[in-house]
Amino acid sequence: MENILEVTSLSKHFGGFTALSDVTLAVAKGERLGLIGPNGSGKTTLINCISGALLNDAGEVRFKGQNVARMAANARTQRGIARSFQIPRPFGSMTVRENLLVPLSYVRNLFGAKAVAEADALLHDMGLSDRADVLSNQLSQVELRKMELARAMAAGPDLLISDEAMAGLSGAEVEEVLGILFKLNAKGITIIMIEHIMQAVMKFSQRVVCLDAGQIICEGSPQEVVANEYVQRAYLGD
Amino acid sequence: MKYWIGCILVVLALAGLSLSDINEYLFFAGFVILQGVVLASAWNILGGYAGYVNFGVPAFVGVGAYTALVLHLAIDAPLLVQIAGGMLTAGLLGLFVGLLTLRLRGIFFSIATIAVIFILEAVVMNWRYVGGATGLQLTRPEVMAPFESYTRMLFVVMVVMAALAVSVARYIQISHIGRGLRAVRDSEEAAECSGVPTLRIKLIACVASGGLLGAAGTTMPMYLSYIEPASTFNLTWAVSALAMPIIGGMWHWSGPLVGALVLGTLQEAVTVTISSELNVLVVGVLLVVFVVAAPDGIIGLIRKWKTSSK
Repeated sequence: MENILEVTSLSKHFGGFTALSDVTLAVAKGERLGLIGPNGSGKTTLINCISGALLNDAGEVRFKGQNVARMAANARTQRGIARSFQIPRPFGSMTVRENLLVPLSYVRNLFGAKAVAEADALLHDMGLSDRADVLSNQLSQVELRKMELARAMAAGPDLLISDEAMAGLSGAEVEEVLGILFKLNAKGITIIMIEHIMQAVMKFSQRVVCLDAGQIICEGSPQEVVANEYVQRAYLGD
Repeated sequence: MKYWIGCILVVLALAGLSLSDINEYLFFAGFVILQGVVLASAWNILGGYAGYVNFGVPAFVGVGAYTALVLHLAIDAPLLVQIAGGMLTAGLLGLFVGLLTLRLRGIFFSIATIAVIFILEAVVMNWRYVGGATGLQLTRPEVMAPFESYTRMLFVVMVVMAALAVSVARYIQISHIGRGLRAVRDSEEAAECSGVPTLRIKLIACVASGGLLGAAGTTMPMYLSYIEPASTFNLTWAVSALAMPIIGGMWHWSGPLVGALVLGTLQEAVTVTISSELNVLVVGVLLVVFVVAAPDGIIGLIRKWKTSSK
């Protein structure tokens, strides 16, 4: 299948610390990819380099065939890369609906009643219709996670990167968010999911990539990765 | 539409007032209060909407004032040309300062804007053509009909300028640029990842804000019939421009307007009844009171009161 994202020999350093070293990764169109690894392994740095929040020091990030490695984050969003954040970053002075109006106006050029209708439809899909007029800094944790996914979806992405969207959620809430991600994927959206909750990763991912110390140490089916000796060592220690 | 009708009526009413035989001092004081409206509305575009606290206000006011002076000295330019020139150079300064500093955030941005004041003040201090450190005494040109005095004419000019500044601030707030700036203030990274070209809209805000701050300075030389760098580049401009939106409320275009009218009127009343030395004390006390007790300003208090009374 055609690749939507190709990361080649990607490296990122913070001073003397190497966060990513020669990472090469391809994601097929419509794929559900799980990205795992212990804390500090470089998962968030990798998706920051893909989404444009950070610029990589070396290597290429090709999205839909175009090298986007030097582009600003907003330009990458315009091209179809959207993301949620590990620590939710709502626009706290805005209502939930207004949060969605930002990407709707800037990425999809929707204004006025059309934009509001689209925002309301997205909030309905996420089960947030009754919270549309609430200030986003008043949402609960699960509502914040869902609002971030809705805001990412408002940009009309082809690739959605979900950065620990289930962190801090209860079992039932994890299932709810997983259900939303499955629905989005069924609409043809490619999803990269970073997650520590292994049941969610196993259930959701068609393929799993494991990072450790800024390098890919294993990739394959969820079962293969979990059984991998290096992965077990990275997570559990020697 | 309601806004524009109200705006035109207020401008016409104040312009009409200038033709009456009311005491001249009211126009002298009104000029200062309206200049505060321009400064506060202009500052709030970048400081209030986007959360980038610009302490470099005196640099923009100074560039506006000295551009007007140079145009007056060099080509005897009429007041409107002086204002247009001052706005243009201050807007360009906004673009330049923005390109240099808008990648900085928080306190680092604010410190960088302070540096601009000292650089420009040093340039003017050593520029003999504009009077250097001692400044220049100016003779006002002939007043235009139908005005009785130059002060009354400058008052009307400032009325129009205030209407322009409030309208620009209002337009930016209700347009998608304003929504983008609010997103920047709440989370710049999330704004970028939501497709907001953060640098571009911050530059737009910086140019608009800078241009209007400069406009507020253009009439100063003729208002005082004198100009010198120490007072033109004084940091109290920055304190006032920052205090007025904080007191009025920074999240809505009407906040700086209300804050400037309240603070400006109070300062003028204190100047007349007690002493001009107490002006800064008034600003300081009100600033502390509002930051601690009502961080959303007077407009925020009104909104709270309306919500609770429903």
